[in-house]
Amino acid sequence: MAKHILAALVENRPGVLARVANLFRRRSFNIDSLSVGRTQRDEMSRMTIVMESDSAEADRLVKNLYKLVDVVHVDHLHSQPSVVREMALVKVRATSDNRREVIQLCDIFRARIIDVSAESLVVEITGEEEKLENFTELVRPFGIVEMVRTGMIALGRGGHTLKDEGFKPNRSRAAARSNVL
Amino acid sequence: MSDEDAATNREAVNPEAVNPPDGGADAVVLTGAEIVCECLLHEGVDIVFGYPGGAILPTYDALTKYPQLHHVLTRHEQGASHMADGYARATGKVGVAMATSGPGATNLVTGIATAMMDSSPIVCITGQVPTGAIGSDAFQETDVTGITLPITKHNYLVTSIDELPEVMREAFHIARTGRPGPVLVDIPKDVQIQEAEFVYPTEPIQLAGYSPPKTARARQVAAALELIRKSKRPIILAGHGISMAGANEELAQLAEKAQIPIALTLLGKGAISEQHPLCLGMMGMHGGAEVNHAIQQADLLIALGMRFDDRVTGNLATYARDSRKIHVDIDPSEINKNVTVDVGIVGDLGEVLRQLLDRVERRPNEAWFDRIAEWRADSELREIVRPAEAPQHPAVPEGKLLGAQVIRDLFEFTAGGAITVTDVGQHQMWEAQYYQHERPHSLITSGGLGTMGFGLPAAIGAKMSRPDQEVWAIVGDGGFQMTMMELATAVQERVNVHIAIINNGFLGMVRQWQEFFYEERYNQTPMVNPDFCKLAEAYGIPTVRVTERGQIEEAVKASRAQTAGPTLIDFVVEKEEIVFPMVPAGADLDDMIRRPTPAEFERQQRERAAAAEVTEAETTELEAPAAAAALGSRFGV
Repeated sequence: MAKHILAALVENRPGVLARVANLFRRRSFNIDSLSVGRTQRDEMSRMTIVMESDSAEADRLVKNLYKLVDVVHVDHLHSQPSVVREMALVKVRATSDNRREVIQLCDIFRARIIDVSAESLVVEITGEEEKLENFTELVRPFGIVEMVRTGMIALGRGGHTLKDEGFKPNRSRAAARSNVL
Repeated sequence: MSDEDAATNREAVNPEAVNPPDGGADAVVLTGAEIVCECLLHEGVDIVFGYPGGAILPTYDALTKYPQLHHVLTRHEQGASHMADGYARATGKVGVAMATSGPGATNLVTGIATAMMDSSPIVCITGQVPTGAIGSDAFQETDVTGITLPITKHNYLVTSIDELPEVMREAFHIARTGRPGPVLVDIPKDVQIQEAEFVYPTEPIQLAGYSPPKTARARQVAAALELIRKSKRPIILAGHGISMAGANEELAQLAEKAQIPIALTLLGKGAISEQHPLCLGMMGMHGGAEVNHAIQQADLLIALGMRFDDRVTGNLATYARDSRKIHVDIDPSEINKNVTVDVGIVGDLGEVLRQLLDRVERRPNEAWFDRIAEWRADSELREIVRPAEAPQHPAVPEGKLLGAQVIRDLFEFTAGGAITVTDVGQHQMWEAQYYQHERPHSLITSGGLGTMGFGLPAAIGAKMSRPDQEVWAIVGDGGFQMTMMELATAVQERVNVHIAIINNGFLGMVRQWQEFFYEERYNQTPMVNPDFCKLAEAYGIPTVRVTERGQIEEAVKASRAQTAGPTLIDFVVEKEEIVFPMVPAGADLDDMIRRPTPAEFERQQRERAAAAEVTEAETTELEAPAAAAALGSRFGV
């Protein structure tokens, strides 16, 4: 068992997310996180899928993703140098008594405070999964009111890019394409 | 499908079509519904199976302007999807089913799932409530693209008339290319009514995420050839993919050149003539014992266009343990899915087999064939269907008609030349065991999904796509009653399909499982049936009832003499017949329940009689398992 990070370029068509999500359910893939967003090309979205599994299982997921007509390219970022980031917003209980301590922790982690109220701070922290987890462990004693994480996103380093050449958006279809998945 | 095939399909296009197939700049203004019809013509569609309703009415109205598109009114939308499937399987052309929104669309679902599991190319066109009403729980609204997401190869909700021509073209392209499968196109009513300039797109279809594989990599071919060269006990497992790829000739050549025996999956029947000396017959749960033994003892499996279904592997942990494995399939996700293989080759079977054929070499091993022959001789001892004049197996009850005999005689009296379409259950397995197929696409059966009710509608579809062929629907009394309303469709369309009901008054296969695994508690398997002959007569269908083996020939002859409209034969067969051999679900493939040999059967009979005496004399009860063992001969038939 290991963490596998897959990146998928998908056509930006209605229902693509449902197709991918349905695939996870239908073939019992256990997904840690999935994040989706637009790319530099309007007609494409990029998904980052993280799963804890053996490599045969990850391989099976890659093949099944490819079976979806809307999936243009899939890459196993695990097997190549890549940069991986995740962002979290953490609302930490902080009053005038202990606010300084929390702010110190944020400084050490290079996290940003983006909202302050009498009772709490909202902290924005970006980094690899481990960093986010260490940070949340350290602020937990102060009290985490609520938090949200984006799920991982990843890019291959340097020359490692997901192939999208050869893909030309179709004009009449592009007109009917929605912006949202 | 290759471009050549697309060209042949295009020849079917009516010259009256508004736009010539080669394009042309003169665009015309058409409604969405008319565009659907135009696109169907461009795809070479001649028959549409369907059922009208509110949300698809604009398209039904447009159909009146396109007499080249013959619409077949089914009696239930499930029938439409099965007919489209049968049509597709008999020819390899894409079958088309049409239905309205809501219940019309949901009724297609079983047929779509059936086509998905068996990789059958169909396109289903459904009406949808107008775009503005989608999501509002409108009358007869259902999320059919959502419902069919896991059971279609791809599906579309058309939200603009501008994308309609391309969606239609993509739908057919995706359905028929690569690993074929069902595609659904859901068209809101307002999109059918809107008007737009129509020019049939002629530029090549561009689907960035879809490019079916063709040839194998040289390295993989070399690795496969090396395994074949070194093998002492190889066996080819031929599946549905052979006939779908049209690789039948290549399969025969490979087997002959390398002297490798061939086992067939259920849907692989027809991949090679079953009269071919290298063809062993069907493998799996009800496959020949000699075939299953050969697979378990093989040192090399060459799996071609099959997917190691649990019904052919049995217990995966003990499946062909001593063998190396080569797997060729067009679908990469099938490689290493159920069975881990040594060489996985993704590609078109015709191409890959030609790549292998060029350089395949292997020294034949007579000892391997001798072993298989020994297993076969043992199977023959246990055989229950014998020529009338030969000495019969003692387990055959006097004066009873057996389902297995019916199928064998049907094979004889149709000279093995018919397209047979089965339902699901015991009769389906007897068909597979006793009707030997010579040609591809001559057995049409629901293998993957195992859909009861498939037989009659699929047979109607098959006959309509191959009117030149003799078509028999071989069905059980259970499955027949699931879709028997399609008798009316057959009559209305004057479809000359011969229906053979193997009628044992039971859900026979379920009853068999109850006998073996549920201590003979026949819960909900006995059936009270209508008089099938009277029922068919109500539709004006000529019928015969057969209760003895001697009547079969005449009944089949009479049926075949009818060349217009359907016929029906009600074969009233033995109620407690068993399909042998049987690999219990999850058991090792060579751990089969066998019919006893005549000698074993007679010994069991004697033991049974003795046990009965003991019980009577001493009124002591035997331990339950011992009693069951003593009474094992119940399974004799």
